[in-house]
Amino acid sequence: MKLAYWMYAGPAHIGTLRVSSSFKNVHAIMHAPIGDDYFNVMRSMLERDRNFTPVTISSVDRNVLARGSQEKVVNNITRKDEEETPDLIVLTPTCTSSILQEDLQNFVERAQIDAKGDVMLADVNHYRVNELQAADRTLEQIIQFYIAKARKKDNIPEGKTEKPSVNIIGISSLGFHNHHDCTELKRLMADLGIEVNEVIPEGASVHNLKNLPRAWFNLVPYREIGLMAARYLEQEFGTPYVDITPMGVVETARCIRKIQQVLNAQGAPVDYEEYINNQTLYVSQAAWFSRSIDCQNLTGKKAVVFGDNTHAAAMTKILSREMGIHVVLAGTYCKYDEQWFREQVTEYCDEVLISDDNGAIADAIARIEPSAIFGTQMERHVGKRLSIPCGVIAAPIHVQDFPIGYKPFLGYEGTNQMADLVYNSFTLGMEDHLLEIFGGHDTKEVITKGISADSDLGWNKEAQAELNKVPGFVRGKVKRNTEKFARERGFSVITLEVMYAAKEAVGA
Amino acid sequence: MTVAQPEPLNFECETGNYHTFCPISCVAWLYQKIEDSFFLVIGTKTCGYFLQNAMGVMIFAEPRYAMAELEEGDISAQLNDYEELKRLCLQIKRDRNPSVIVWIGTCTTEIIKMDLEGLAPKLEAEIGIPIVTARANGLDYAFTQGEDTVLAAMAHRCPDKAPVMEAEKEERNAIAKLLNFGRKKEDVVAEETEYVDHPPLVLFGSLPDPVVTNLTLELKKQGIKVSGWLPSKRYTELPVIEEGYYVSGVNPFLSRTATTLMRRRKCKLIGAPFPIGPDGTRAWIEKICSVFGIEPKGLDEREAQIWAGMEDYLKLIRGKSVFFMGDNLLEISLARFLIRCGMTCPEIGIPYMDKRYQAAELALLEKTCQEMGVPTPTIVEKPDNYNQIKRIQEQEIDLVITGMAHANPLEARGINTKWSVEFTFAQIHGFTNARDILELATRPLRRNNNLKDLGWDKLVKEEAKV
Repeated sequence: MKLAYWMYAGPAHIGTLRVSSSFKNVHAIMHAPIGDDYFNVMRSMLERDRNFTPVTISSVDRNVLARGSQEKVVNNITRKDEEETPDLIVLTPTCTSSILQEDLQNFVERAQIDAKGDVMLADVNHYRVNELQAADRTLEQIIQFYIAKARKKDNIPEGKTEKPSVNIIGISSLGFHNHHDCTELKRLMADLGIEVNEVIPEGASVHNLKNLPRAWFNLVPYREIGLMAARYLEQEFGTPYVDITPMGVVETARCIRKIQQVLNAQGAPVDYEEYINNQTLYVSQAAWFSRSIDCQNLTGKKAVVFGDNTHAAAMTKILSREMGIHVVLAGTYCKYDEQWFREQVTEYCDEVLISDDNGAIADAIARIEPSAIFGTQMERHVGKRLSIPCGVIAAPIHVQDFPIGYKPFLGYEGTNQMADLVYNSFTLGMEDHLLEIFGGHDTKEVITKGISADSDLGWNKEAQAELNKVPGFVRGKVKRNTEKFARERGFSVITLEVMYAAKEAVGA
Repeated sequence: MTVAQPEPLNFECETGNYHTFCPISCVAWLYQKIEDSFFLVIGTKTCGYFLQNAMGVMIFAEPRYAMAELEEGDISAQLNDYEELKRLCLQIKRDRNPSVIVWIGTCTTEIIKMDLEGLAPKLEAEIGIPIVTARANGLDYAFTQGEDTVLAAMAHRCPDKAPVMEAEKEERNAIAKLLNFGRKKEDVVAEETEYVDHPPLVLFGSLPDPVVTNLTLELKKQGIKVSGWLPSKRYTELPVIEEGYYVSGVNPFLSRTATTLMRRRKCKLIGAPFPIGPDGTRAWIEKICSVFGIEPKGLDEREAQIWAGMEDYLKLIRGKSVFFMGDNLLEISLARFLIRCGMTCPEIGIPYMDKRYQAAELALLEKTCQEMGVPTPTIVEKPDNYNQIKRIQEQEIDLVITGMAHANPLEARGINTKWSVEFTFAQIHGFTNARDILELATRPLRRNNNLKDLGWDKLVKEEAKV
């Protein structure tokens, strides 16, 4: 048992649901107790999804505990198959169903007899993998399933596309700025003269998976999701993959050069050096920003970075290599992929922290006292407590991290966004400091406005206590309304009764 | 227009494929209500993830709750439950020093049959902090029923005799004297006699303190004294419950607590409609008065005045239809209030319907329908959300009260929705807060009135499939 107040990566089924519901017309059925479909709320709230999340529960209740699911799961699958005619139904085990150890594979096989769509069981162990690992595995599994199916029917298209092309693998629902990143990557590919063969899983149809081998290479922008799929495709079809995250000016260039190398090896005589040079020096603002006086002022400032592997590693490199900021500590919660993270960041920071215990990170931040933090929502709140500004660079995230405006983290526009994020975090911190030194913007006494300032009315003890329970931001309004009411009615002392009467009268 | 014939309520039960919050969410409001408590949820990452996301920013305020996250070794019993829980509870005792630790059992502890009720007394004796066990799991319960399981467990812990010793009595008087300092002796005596002589009454249900004060005051006006409230602000202040005390529930989802108070603590339950809406509040007070043989005074004017004060909101919803998809068990009371407001309600979805505990509320609903001349709603227990959405679309409902999983998708299809969870967290009890219910219920209508000329009703393309 572990005492936990907070977790960075969610449970395995969330990963499976993120991948399955990213596909078009794929439905997930969770074998879970009532209340475990919180994923639907997250999709609907965080992503503001207009459509019903294609996830339902085949509920595990007392009857199931007593007698097993029997026909229930099979019926739920075939029912959903009729109602929504999905291409694929993914039966998703949860922590509860893992312990029940029912033969879910058997249910899948039985349901497949009647279902018109395909049915599969997500192969994830709840107690061994987390959200990210499960998402990676589920994506691989779905691809394997449809490649195998296409092989059997012998309808995998022959050969590669005529022009160089790419599959972008790993863009998913509820991923941090994934939609914007995807648009940016497509734009980058267009600039490079590369056709986008398929983007998976977001918005993809399972019927198109058989076309994956037609791409010249696969691009895996995020370390956490898509690598297993890319390796599988390399092994099966020899398709090379590029797994350098194009985040930051230097890494974007490195990613493009790697693409060039991969394409050259397949006989496409592309040379992207001029494009990289032009973008870096004149189009993207980030390189120029590094050279400007603004950024000079950031030299040697201390920062702490924490997040998932992809974003924390890239951010560490950007801060240290591109902006001359002193990264004291870089950390990740992806413990299962620790080796990679260490390799990536060791030369760019003083210490590396691998932990999924938010207390350990908070303590480290308090000890280091950096000028800015780049982390998750948790670190943002740690920063609030310690009055240190924080830029959010990775999940877990809140609704404000799903902006409507265009905010990619990847590609050349991404570098601009990063420069803004970094600069805004630090200047806010400096401004704060100056305010502290000079004692605030406006040091004159604030003159209270409104009628409550020269109040001739007394509040008795109970009423005053009650007033103090009203949340601060409306307390002034409640006080004014109550006093106005009391004055009109000629009460000289405000009691609880007067307070409630006032509320009833004016709807305060 | 045909006048609806009085018809009995129609009860149905569907498949139970519906969305609701897991009952462990009750820790979110209970840890805030019971100030010296610590809630330990014994479950998996799934439970933790739900709490973390459902509670939003609350999580960052150093809440007095945590997960005891079960690992593979716990599931396969390689680790000793007792030792593990002891280690964690000692850590909690050291860091927070609470007056009570509440263990919330989850689906996983049910399935692996972890004997929390058995372990608790042993550990309690060993570490010297009361441990209350509540099985608020998704196998058995929905959302607000979590509070019911916790309060039922707390009911066992209420002292059964007021610990009055002579010395203390004197001391209390001393404090009372101090509090009444400066007031004439007659005033103090007068205050004591403001109450009618009636058997002790204890109310149950967790409400924000301002609402507790408000309802207590409302009964005081009738001369009824509230002897205690389950739960109180602190665990150490749980009310005395002696055999023969009267109890009354303030929320519709507290049937286990009611049963426990009646059967185990030998209390008499006053089965009344719930004090939600001015009609409900009035009926609640009247019922309590009638049990104590008191003639209620001033309720007519009081209720009329509240209704008059809400006319601006009533205009917006009169004649419109409302549909409850069902997820928090407040549905019957809210529907009854909204029908009284002039709405029609074809369907009330509800996770679980205790016809005995809610009997008075159901009777009031039926009566309200007759008096308002509207058809009685169908009450659908364990609803099926998929079927419900079909019915909502067929019946062209004006307002759907639903969970967040469906709210945005319905709005995108031009259907007004109100997020049901808000009714659980807003202050909706008593005369004073009736307006707040309508503030919530009319908000989508008012917002969409503002947008109505823009032609942005349906923001999804027609679905190709039928």
